[in-house]
Amino acid sequence: MSKLTLDSLRKLREEKKQTIALRDSENKDVQIIIGMGTCGIAAGAKQTFGAIIDAISEKKMMNVLVRQTGCMGLCHSEPTVEVVAPDMPIVIYGNVNADVAREIIEKHVIGRQLLDNHICDKPAIDIV
Amino acid sequence: MAFKNYVLVCGGTACDSSHGIELTQNLKKEIEAAGLKNEVQIVRTGCLGFCEKGPIVKILPENTFYVTVKPGDAKEIVQEHLLKGRVVDRLLYARDPKKSLVSVDEIDFYQKQYRIVLRNCGVIDPDKIDEYIARDGYLALEKALFEMKPADVVDEITQSGLRGRGGAGFPTGRKWGFAAAQPHGQKYMICNADEGDPGAYMDRSTLEGDPHSILEAMTIGGYSIGANKGYIYIRAEYPLAIKRLETAIAAAHDYGLLGQNILGSGFDFEIEIRLGAGAFVCGEETALLASIEGDRGMPRPRPPFPAVKGLWGHPTIINNVETLANIPVILLKGAEWFGKIGTADTKGTKVFALTGKVNNSGLIEVPMGTTLREIIFDIGGGIREGREFKAAQTGGPSGGIIPPQFLDTPIDFGSLAQIGSIMGSGGLIVMDETDCIVDIVKFYLDFTVDESCGKCAPCRIGGRKLLTYLARICDGRGQLKDIDSMQKISEAMTRASLCGLGQTASNPVVSSLKYFKDEYLEHINDNKCRSGKCKKLVTYTIVADKCVGCTVCARNCPVDAIAGTVKKPHVIDQATCIKCGVCFEKCKFDAITRT
Repeated sequence: MSKLTLDSLRKLREEKKQTIALRDSENKDVQIIIGMGTCGIAAGAKQTFGAIIDAISEKKMMNVLVRQTGCMGLCHSEPTVEVVAPDMPIVIYGNVNADVAREIIEKHVIGRQLLDNHICDKPAIDIV
Repeated sequence: MAFKNYVLVCGGTACDSSHGIELTQNLKKEIEAAGLKNEVQIVRTGCLGFCEKGPIVKILPENTFYVTVKPGDAKEIVQEHLLKGRVVDRLLYARDPKKSLVSVDEIDFYQKQYRIVLRNCGVIDPDKIDEYIARDGYLALEKALFEMKPADVVDEITQSGLRGRGGAGFPTGRKWGFAAAQPHGQKYMICNADEGDPGAYMDRSTLEGDPHSILEAMTIGGYSIGANKGYIYIRAEYPLAIKRLETAIAAAHDYGLLGQNILGSGFDFEIEIRLGAGAFVCGEETALLASIEGDRGMPRPRPPFPAVKGLWGHPTIINNVETLANIPVILLKGAEWFGKIGTADTKGTKVFALTGKVNNSGLIEVPMGTTLREIIFDIGGGIREGREFKAAQTGGPSGGIIPPQFLDTPIDFGSLAQIGSIMGSGGLIVMDETDCIVDIVKFYLDFTVDESCGKCAPCRIGGRKLLTYLARICDGRGQLKDIDSMQKISEAMTRASLCGLGQTASNPVVSSLKYFKDEYLEHINDNKCRSGKCKKLVTYTIVADKCVGCTVCARNCPVDAIAGTVKKPHVIDQATCIKCGVCFEKCKFDAITRT
């Protein structure tokens, strides 16, 4: 490793900040929840997950929390992705492949517009 | 592809000793077996603080907090949580058995804490410099080297009101100012990591969990006082901390954050580790210097203070680990920000190693001004087995014993001194009704007598005398006049001892005589120890009327001192009895008395 200069230290910090931000659950206002039940994984949820993580790393978005959950019950439309963003309705998108996943980040999370042709459902209200 | 889950496994010494290393290996194996190697990253962090429930495993980004995880639990965590996204309920922390808590934010233990010193502990992998850098590591150094003059740094620290966390609470900025004012030439920056109070492990955990913060702070200190050489004086008994420091120093060197011409600024700084051989007195700054120089660790009179004439006669700043850990944050967030935390007397936070008869022992960091009640009952979860709180002890063998009436005192340097104790380095030992105050004080004196270097008479002879009196009282041979003698000796030691060790060694005696005199009197006048700790003062007898002859006591007695036949009252042979109290605890019929 060559010695760092002021600039290269700053660059390194910016780069690493993004990876460590993925771990943090504080200061995040957008939540993306991916259904990773057996059905989801079989339908390609892992690729979807990867595409979402890559997209937010690329765009250096620090405010998004990505987490996985089990089967949401919409096995016919897997992979499913739920997006919770401030001042926007909570929606579940269905049949989210890697391309749709990138679209969700760009249009829904950044552009603040729903992707009409992929909305599958809204989350069920838990009966306790 | 980036990782989707992070598994943080506590890599502090406490968790390691409860099979944390094996657990990490099992997790690694299971993750590979499940094909999640590229999706899940295991991070061995520093101490997460909740040592009582270790080993701790935290899963991010969900923030799931698993406690007391055994190596055998690895498979279930991987299969259930990481693969299927289902939380493993039985490993969650449960405040009451009916309700387990999923997220860290819900746990009382963390609610009242405020982490400055421990900011990276339990978050980053201490062996990875990149993770430290990602959390604004070495940003303060950058700021100091390129935007501030050395004098500006000293000013900023002075204005923040930071006081040394090693025990005495001397203002850090002023100390730096003394050394900075010395003429140019060889100067030294030393980190005192010779943590020696029984039950204290704040500094060890900070070094294990965030070694780079100390390197960064020392480099900043070196820049501001004009030193190019630093030493970390650390006890050889802290192998993990030493290993992580060595890794950190090498990594900082590789990056050019230590060594010559740091970041192209023209400033050079080197850090070396010096191992102490476990002498308590070497935590005293002049004894520490003697030890680094290769001499026997003995203090010398001050002045001259080390800031003027220190290591090999050159100006030297000696700062405690916790003090240093505050420095980078103060430079980044500013003196004003730091000044808003804490009390008028003491700014900032304090890390405590909370131990003793408390439910949640562990490593905590709270703002100055937090009360003992909040620490012991809210964070610590109260006294074990629902017993009564009796006393708290701060500052290790140099501190006083604090009775229940001061539970609501906001803690800072000034308030603790007022109630006869000291902040010390941050050990906080909680005692309950089963502890005997005289016995505890005897324990501390035993420690200081052992650790006294013997150079000055007040400490060497005074400590020994105090211990003799205390031992006598515990044995039932104490006399009333002993109390007067102890008070006189204590005063002489405080006034005339050469260093802090002797000056404060009598604090446990003085404070306990003030607040728990009745217990001393009970020992002396009535030959009685209410807790049963002083064995020579205790007699166990069986009340014949209550004894049903169940033989439980006789079967449990380790020395066969109890005789009797089934369904007939038993008898204890006093000559054989070793006063262990097992029969007293085992008897279900309250037929055994302790007097």
